[in-house]
Amino acid sequence: MRHLVSAGDLSRDEALLVLDTAHEMAGLQQREIKKLPTLRGRTVVNLFYEDSTRTRISFEAAAKRLSADVINFSAKGSSVSKGESFKDTALTLQAMGADAVVVRHSASGAAQRLAASGWVGGSVVNAGDGTHEHPTQALLDAYTMRRRLNAGTGDLAGRRVAIVGDVLHSRVARSNVLLLATLGADVTLVAPPTLLPIGVESWPCAVSYDLDAVLPKADVVMLLRVQRERMSEAYFPSAREYTRRYGLDATRAAALQDSAIVMHPGPMNRGVEIAAEVADSERSTIVEQVANGVSVRMAVLYLLLGGAFDTSKEQQR
Amino acid sequence: MSASANSSTFILRGARPYGGDPVDLVLRDGAVAEAAAAGTASAAGATVVDADGLVALPGLVDLHTHLREPGREDAETVETGTQAAALGGFTAVHAMANTDPVADTAGVVEQVWRLGREAGHCDVAPVGAVTVGLGGERLAELGAMADSAARVRVFSDDGKCVSDAVLMRRALEYVKAFDGVIAQHAQEPRLTEGAQMNEGALSGVLGLRGWPSVAEEAVIARDVLLAQHVGSRLHVCHVSTKGSVEILRLAKERGIDVTAEVTPHHLLLDESLAASYDPVYKVNPPLRGKDDVQALRQAVADGVIDAVATDHAPHAAEDKEGEWANALPGMLGLETALAIAQEALVETGLLDWAGVADRLSTRPARIGRLAGHGRPLRAGEPANVVLVDPAVRRAVDPGALASRSRNTPYAGRTLPGRVVATFLRGRPTVLDGALA
Amino acid sequence: MTTVPSAGRRDVEPGPAAAEDRDADVRTVLTAAEIDRSLSRIAHEVLERGKGGDDLVLLGIPTRGVALARRLAQRIASFEGSPVPVGSLDVTMYRDDLRLRPARALERTEIPASGVDGKLVVLVDDVLFSGRTVRAALTALDDVGRPRAVQLAVLVDRGHRELPIRADYVGKNIPTSLRENVLVQLAEHDGADAVLLRPAGGAR
Repeated sequence: MRHLVSAGDLSRDEALLVLDTAHEMAGLQQREIKKLPTLRGRTVVNLFYEDSTRTRISFEAAAKRLSADVINFSAKGSSVSKGESFKDTALTLQAMGADAVVVRHSASGAAQRLAASGWVGGSVVNAGDGTHEHPTQALLDAYTMRRRLNAGTGDLAGRRVAIVGDVLHSRVARSNVLLLATLGADVTLVAPPTLLPIGVESWPCAVSYDLDAVLPKADVVMLLRVQRERMSEAYFPSAREYTRRYGLDATRAAALQDSAIVMHPGPMNRGVEIAAEVADSERSTIVEQVANGVSVRMAVLYLLLGGAFDTSKEQQR
Repeated sequence: MSASANSSTFILRGARPYGGDPVDLVLRDGAVAEAAAAGTASAAGATVVDADGLVALPGLVDLHTHLREPGREDAETVETGTQAAALGGFTAVHAMANTDPVADTAGVVEQVWRLGREAGHCDVAPVGAVTVGLGGERLAELGAMADSAARVRVFSDDGKCVSDAVLMRRALEYVKAFDGVIAQHAQEPRLTEGAQMNEGALSGVLGLRGWPSVAEEAVIARDVLLAQHVGSRLHVCHVSTKGSVEILRLAKERGIDVTAEVTPHHLLLDESLAASYDPVYKVNPPLRGKDDVQALRQAVADGVIDAVATDHAPHAAEDKEGEWANALPGMLGLETALAIAQEALVETGLLDWAGVADRLSTRPARIGRLAGHGRPLRAGEPANVVLVDPAVRRAVDPGALASRSRNTPYAGRTLPGRVVATFLRGRPTVLDGALA
Repeated sequence: MTTVPSAGRRDVEPGPAAAEDRDADVRTVLTAAEIDRSLSRIAHEVLERGKGGDDLVLLGIPTRGVALARRLAQRIASFEGSPVPVGSLDVTMYRDDLRLRPARALERTEIPASGVDGKLVVLVDDVLFSGRTVRAALTALDDVGRPRAVQLAVLVDRGHRELPIRADYVGKNIPTSLRENVLVQLAEHDGADAVLLRPAGGAR
């Protein structure tokens, strides 16, 4: 494995290696000097076709703390907005000698296309492709769950995770379902039927339309961002009705077990899918998720660029 | 095989019409002169084509070809597209109207028709747009196109659905005056906004917006009822779902005057190919499930689907190599259609070669009202003939295709059969598998 | 997925652990008793050179260097009557051979709460070979703090240095061929103490 395109690409052992490595990275990040020389002389390109400051700076911080050179390539105000094709942009990056390309794109499959095309020689890391996947988000979520629930070790066997909201359009949900299944967690997707994809019953998870029925048993409640424009497409009647049926407010949160945590990949719509008092409560891991994102992305960059998943390289040795 | 393209008499020695017993087919003055006992025919100055072991079929007729001229000559021209057609065994193709400018006036259809005549590789029957600019709002001048030199009989907004029920009704009624037919691209537009692939479990996993079967089936159901109500003739383009087949079966049982086509790719490929996100597999309607493929094959065998039509859709490389969502839908089809019919229909035992002739020549010619095509291989009929060697198996090499574009989904795939020769009114357009 | 087996030695070719290896060409170069004596001697030398254990910090280089550092700390503490700070320093992220072999899982870095600033830090490893691990450890130590001085203790020095590095305390110098592997086994990891010499490579 040279690329990280889908959370489903990771075996249980590989996923645990990433999480364990991230754990050590996090330890090193407690020090005064956070920077490690590991990727000195390597170039990581952040190729962002979609605005996502949080994800970009997270990858940028991860690469820089490993001493990689970072080139940020944003589609806005660049040759891309002048009509340069995906292929030509990729070839340009290749000419610059990118050792890794972190790609964010509004088109599902863009990362896989880049990885399979042969246009770039380096590792491709999917930083979110359309409504398909966002594997490093799933890894940082799993890392956060493990820290909070399992003292930072082992897998997530038997842990009950509810993922609530717009599953249909969520790359975070897709990657989380795949990774959490690999790590042994029991996932339940909770959403109005309009926001669940056709065929969701074939996914490795359960499905419910009733949040209140799921909450008392959950160890983790992960809320997905609900975009207001979904209303105009008749996915649900109004934000108010959505909040009433699927929003996590303090009253609902009271039904949770004491140890249960509340997660959100951000950015949040306070007052829609999550009430402010829940987002700011002890249960909330939302800020922690951001910090964990850097450690997890350091681990991913280190392991991919170090060829940890690449068995052919070991044989050459 | 020795042949000189100059002679006007050809003896196809030992050819097997419809895969039957070998005969000598004599083509003279644009017609089939006789079908003599094998090895017996001779004629002064005739060119003898060794057709031993080759199947002879009436020249194929495609109801659905995008020649891209005028407007996208970088992707295909009438010249290159009809070369591809001849190499695929076709003697006539229907050129779809979604060019730039749209073929919605007598002027444009006559231009395309004339370019076809000048190229001379096969007959080009232009399809006229149903609505002005494919806009779905006002009827184009259907009568003028029918009365033009191009003698348009098939009208279609292909690429777009005539979704307005009233407009569709009027179009169906109006073309009765000149025995025309509306070829509907059945796609309910609201249900398919932004659609990228078949809607099902896989689209959910891949995060690609789904194109549900119901969006096709709902339009077909409406249209067959409309056709029944106004007593008109309806043709359904590129049927892609099992449900559509059931509706068509029911409509035909009720005696509604509806015909339908299926593409070769929908008879062979399924949606699982989309998992690569390689846009060469992006097509509209999308590749469907394996059970749809089976149902479509059976429907061709049963005659519920009348014709195999290529939906040959050339696209320039830059429109087919980037992100899936940004790529244009469509696949090449002319040069591989007969091979796929052989693989999907003949080698599966669903059709014999006579059946292939019926679905790829006779019926499409009848639907398009092309009097000189799709005729039986017998004395006195126009000498539109294709010779195919069914024993050969070849890997598809995109670089070797005559089409100006390279977007074949079969690159590297081994397909059966090879078109050895094609005759258009007694004149070879293809000999020895190459343009004559 | 590949991680170097934990039984493999850092400064030797990665290969299968040979704890059960009974081949005739495997030679014991240090017995358990000799290891024990060597560690005691090193503990004394450290105290002697460091003029007591006051500002001493022992940092083991994972994996077996950590076990050795703990044993040294115990001995020094028993001589001195007060505990000696001991920790571990993983050098994986500071290695210069990331391009040459697969990245591996990180080992634990644990710096004693008292830190290293102004202290006498003794790095402890099992085998000194090319010197690259020690170089990486010195760089890693830079990012942790500024010791008063840094010394190096190793159980075995097998020669073949590629850098100007030497050990301050050596259990035993063992001249080796590059075609040989030095395998250090410690009770904490391998059930028993021994240092073995065996031919390198080979599909055993």
